[in-house]
Amino acid sequence: MSKLKQTQDYEKTASFKFFRWISGEKDPYIGTIEMQEQSEHQVEDDTITERMWEKQMIIDEIYDVDHNRILTKFHKLYKIAAVLFCVALTFFLLLTVSYLPRTGNAANPDNNEVAQRYIESGLQETGAVNIVSGMILTYRAFDTFGETNALFIATVCVMILLMVDEKTLEERSEARLNSGRIKDDIILQMTAKFLVPFILIFGIYVILNGQNSPGGGFSGGAILGAGLILYANAFGIKPTQRFFNEKVYRIAKVSALCMYGCIGLYYYTMGANHLADHIPNGIPGHILSGGIILPIDICVGLEVACTMYAFYALFKRGGL
Amino acid sequence: MTIFQMILLVFIIVCAIAVSFSRNLLNSVLIFMSYSLIMSIIWICLESPDLAITEAAVGAGVTTILFITTLKKIHAMGAEDKKTKTNALEVEREAEEHE
Amino acid sequence: MGANLLCNYGESVAMLLFGIGFGNLLLQSNLIKKIIGLNIMDTAIYLFLAEKGYISGRVAPIITDGVQDVNKYINPIPSGLVLTGIVVSVSVTALMLSLSIRLYRRYHTLNLDKVAMILKKEDK
Repeated sequence: MSKLKQTQDYEKTASFKFFRWISGEKDPYIGTIEMQEQSEHQVEDDTITERMWEKQMIIDEIYDVDHNRILTKFHKLYKIAAVLFCVALTFFLLLTVSYLPRTGNAANPDNNEVAQRYIESGLQETGAVNIVSGMILTYRAFDTFGETNALFIATVCVMILLMVDEKTLEERSEARLNSGRIKDDIILQMTAKFLVPFILIFGIYVILNGQNSPGGGFSGGAILGAGLILYANAFGIKPTQRFFNEKVYRIAKVSALCMYGCIGLYYYTMGANHLADHIPNGIPGHILSGGIILPIDICVGLEVACTMYAFYALFKRGGL
Repeated sequence: MTIFQMILLVFIIVCAIAVSFSRNLLNSVLIFMSYSLIMSIIWICLESPDLAITEAAVGAGVTTILFITTLKKIHAMGAEDKKTKTNALEVEREAEEHE
Repeated sequence: MGANLLCNYGESVAMLLFGIGFGNLLLQSNLIKKIIGLNIMDTAIYLFLAEKGYISGRVAPIITDGVQDVNKYINPIPSGLVLTGIVVSVSVTALMLSLSIRLYRRYHTLNLDKVAMILKKEDK
């Protein structure tokens, strides 16, 4: 039979001391070790400045670009490796060119039956006298659609990066006018007054005659854009905004791309179901010929002109 | 015709090397514009008139204007802009010292 | 080395220009010169493509007098490819230049090594 111990006797046993030590009720140092009083930790200004000084010295040594030996060696090695790589690349490309067949040879492998088909049946199937224009707008119209899309996306990206809202634009233009640094250039204005109508008419002529003579949508659109840039540069932004402001730009660009997309969709469904299209080809050599080439040319020309002008306006002042 | 083409091609290589080695940014952009123009004439020698019109309008026209507008915005053109650039750097340095 | 290096002088000039443009892209420290190098590479490739389409002794592919013989015109296909390329090249250049304007506004320098240094210091 076990007998419960009295409390005083239990406190003298080893198991009581062991369990008390484990639970942490009694601090084993108090009463057995001589301890001194602890004082509060003082932070002196001198040690702070010394530590900051050491940290700044370490940073300066790491980012010391001029005397860092590893960095200068890497720069020299990079330059030598880049020159060697370019020379090797050029050498291998020239080696390949030397094995190619002669340029100007009619029996080259790349003058195959595709070119023959485009030249021989081009006039009958598309109605265009200019084979290149007819080819990229009828046989390969989807490639041109992708490229028009790429122009649109590029303009949107430049707008995201550089466009500033209307209030800031007006404040900035007022500040520039008040500072008196803007002056009208008389030579530029006289030349622009004389040249801009001819440039715009020539651009429209090149677009409309894309299927009959060299040119087409891209060339005509670039010429139109260049004419608008000249006008905006010579006379300032306010006269240009009378006929080409942001609303006109938005409507022109989006409707041109959507119309091209709808035309592509129409041909996609017609061609997939082996139906003939109902747009007449007309007499080759006249303006209203070439079937669908004229509407697509106008869409592409509008798109390219708006893109060129938008790039210039966004770079120069941050808004249209 | 062949000699003419060869002279134009040599001119193009000289233009490309001159663009790499010139120090002034405005000089580089102007030499690049002449490179574009001579390229446009080479397209005519290779019997592609569409490419010639497009390269003349786009390369020697719009691309050069974009480059020159960029140079104006980064204050790299002319003596007036150099003053603006040094002023901007000085203002920045003073702001750093005050912080 | 094949035999046609000096006969295809247009194509070898195009490859030389490609090498010069690529060297510009790698070795120049200013960002604007790198963009010019990229443009030089682009036009070199267009020169190569147009040379592939040229046939000596024939004229541009515009039908005159109703003659539709395949032996009278050059190959029109590479011309169409280059036309797309020229317009896309200008939009790529515009996008890169607008990015460099934003970079300049933020760091006030266009030297890429200095921009990397400023970035590292700001991270600390």
